Amino acid sequence: MSLELRNISLKQGQDVIIDDVSLNFERGTMNVLLGPTLAGKTTLMRLMAGLDKPTSGDVLVDGKSVVQVPVRRRSVAMVYQQFVNYPSLTVYENIASPLRVVGLPKAEIEKRVQEASRVLRLDPFLQRLPAQLSGGQQQRTAIARALVKHAELVLLDEPLANLDYKLREELREELPKLFAATGTILVYATTEPTEALLLGGTTATLWQGRVTQKGPTPAVYRFPANIDAARVFSDPPLNEFTTTLSGHKTTLPDGRSVDATALLPNLADGTYRIGFRVEDAKLGPISGAPLTFAGKVAVTEISGSESFVHLDIGTATWVSLVLGVHDWKPGAPAEIRIDPARIFVFDASGKLVRAPEARATRAAVLV
Amino acid sequence: MMDKPWNNRAWLFVVPVLVVVLFSSLIPMMTVVNYSVQDTMGQNNFFWNGVAWFQGLLDPTSDIGGRFASALVRNLIFSIVILCLELPLGIAVALCIPKQGWKVGASLVLIALPLLIPWTVVGTIWQIFARQDIGLLGAALNAIGIHYNDTQDPTSAWATIVIMDVWHWTGMIALLSYAGLKAIPDAFYQAARIDGASRWSVFRNIELPKLQKVLVIAVLLRFMESFMIYTEPSVVTGGGPGEATSFLSLDLVKIALGQVDLGNAAAMSIVYYLITLTICYVFFTIMTQLDQRKGV
Repeated sequence: MSLELRNISLKQGQDVIIDDVSLNFERGTMNVLLGPTLAGKTTLMRLMAGLDKPTSGDVLVDGKSVVQVPVRRRSVAMVYQQFVNYPSLTVYENIASPLRVVGLPKAEIEKRVQEASRVLRLDPFLQRLPAQLSGGQQQRTAIARALVKHAELVLLDEPLANLDYKLREELREELPKLFAATGTILVYATTEPTEALLLGGTTATLWQGRVTQKGPTPAVYRFPANIDAARVFSDPPLNEFTTTLSGHKTTLPDGRSVDATALLPNLADGTYRIGFRVEDAKLGPISGAPLTFAGKVAVTEISGSESFVHLDIGTATWVSLVLGVHDWKPGAPAEIRIDPARIFVFDASGKLVRAPEARATRAAVLV
Repeated sequence: MMDKPWNNRAWLFVVPVLVVVLFSSLIPMMTVVNYSVQDTMGQNNFFWNGVAWFQGLLDPTSDIGGRFASALVRNLIFSIVILCLELPLGIAVALCIPKQGWKVGASLVLIALPLLIPWTVVGTIWQIFARQDIGLLGAALNAIGIHYNDTQDPTSAWATIVIMDVWHWTGMIALLSYAGLKAIPDAFYQAARIDGASRWSVFRNIELPKLQKVLVIAVLLRFMESFMIYTEPSVVTGGGPGEATSFLSLDLVKIALGQVDLGNAAAMSIVYYLITLTICYVFFTIMTQLDQRKGV
């Protein structure tokens, strides 16, 4: 099966919720919808499932429009951020429920439920009620319900967001494997760039109801087509500043004017937006580097063995990732240096005009 | 073992509560207990009567015992009947409340209106409503040929009291159920649609289980209140015709204030109170056990 969204839009009164989205999904693929809260991920999934009808545009399955086909006649399964199970049914009956509605023979139901409960390690809990399970087990039950259905389209709407860190890592690894075997179209919505990178496959970045880019996940991370895609795919947020290029000189946010050869080579005069990720904002004085800024430490967040240092450079606040645990006091002076080879350059319309070459940085290791 | 500090002055902190409980519960209660074991010939002369009042009350073959038993049965039937009507009706009304827009507020206010009317006023409204000469209900029913007379016909009297109670209290169950329904995340309904579940299945497997806690509370509140009902039937039928709508509290007032039969009234009060307490306890136990079984 292939699923195609062709120029679909959804309007509610004056608000445009989904704005002219076109996407293709092929059988047996892992597709990530990456976007912040309210970007339209859930709405887009509802449209794919057939829970809502688009205001305009078409949803096609194997080339045929399915907009008029009611959701129960489509082959769809969905897992939500909340743990959605029937509260009065046992785990066994919950997993069996989509099959009972279809009216499969008893033996087949038994076989599929046993199989799903085995791979999701739910065997010991089959006779319990959902409320008697832990959060992770409840969500595994919901996933099992999606799995037994052998649906052609499986929608996972931030399925791990309500789970604790350890369980999230565990299930994130299992989920794609579970569904890969079934040859289904797997669509996974998330707000976290890291999660998208871990899942791999194809990523579509969403911003304000529009798809800003679609491509293989590592490629989208490395070459965001525009500033919106780059922002969606950066956590902590992308560090940015605006520069005006004129001749061989270009301006910096602190008012200086520097040589533009290394920074903006072969570009026409004009205004550009420069972005760089946290791992490319280095701390400490380096003489001779063309991009150095003086700033003050605003706050330091320590996360595991890394420190995220928020720096106030007067006109903006940037974040720098420093390995190791550091405890810089707020207000301490800091010098930030950026390797010109590591910056993204976007033109006035937000289109990417220059991206850094991939190399063994944190990003490359992740990819 | 550790030495705990011991200071009897701590008791002083409990004194205000003890005083309140003493005057609000213990002293009136002891007065009733006092009456229930004594008899009087007037002139404030009391003498010991043992448990004779209780024996008479709990013996259905005696005069007072029969009267008490039939009032108790009447009251239980009344409570069960109104629960059987109000519970499904309240849930049905809650399911019909619009989901959004100004209609939500309008519906909720309309549903809540009967709850805001004082009970004596509710009784008066229905007393007039049921009259055969000028009452809209009574006159209309008789005009279309249905025999209806709530002052002479027990069936009419019962129907009036039951419908009045349903009118008065279904709103509360509807409001409680509505609150319970609002708390169900939309994802549950979506999941059911994707499964292809029927409307009945959504109600049976999602809405009803999610409403369970609210409904247990609704049943408890409605049962206790209907078991102690006094004001409305006292205004509408005064317990009649005959004894047809004499519920426990109405009968109690008749015995205590009408016949000034203090011994019987006191014994009846205590038994009435113990029955209420027992039912309360049973409900509470069922509620907590349900919670434990579900692991909530």
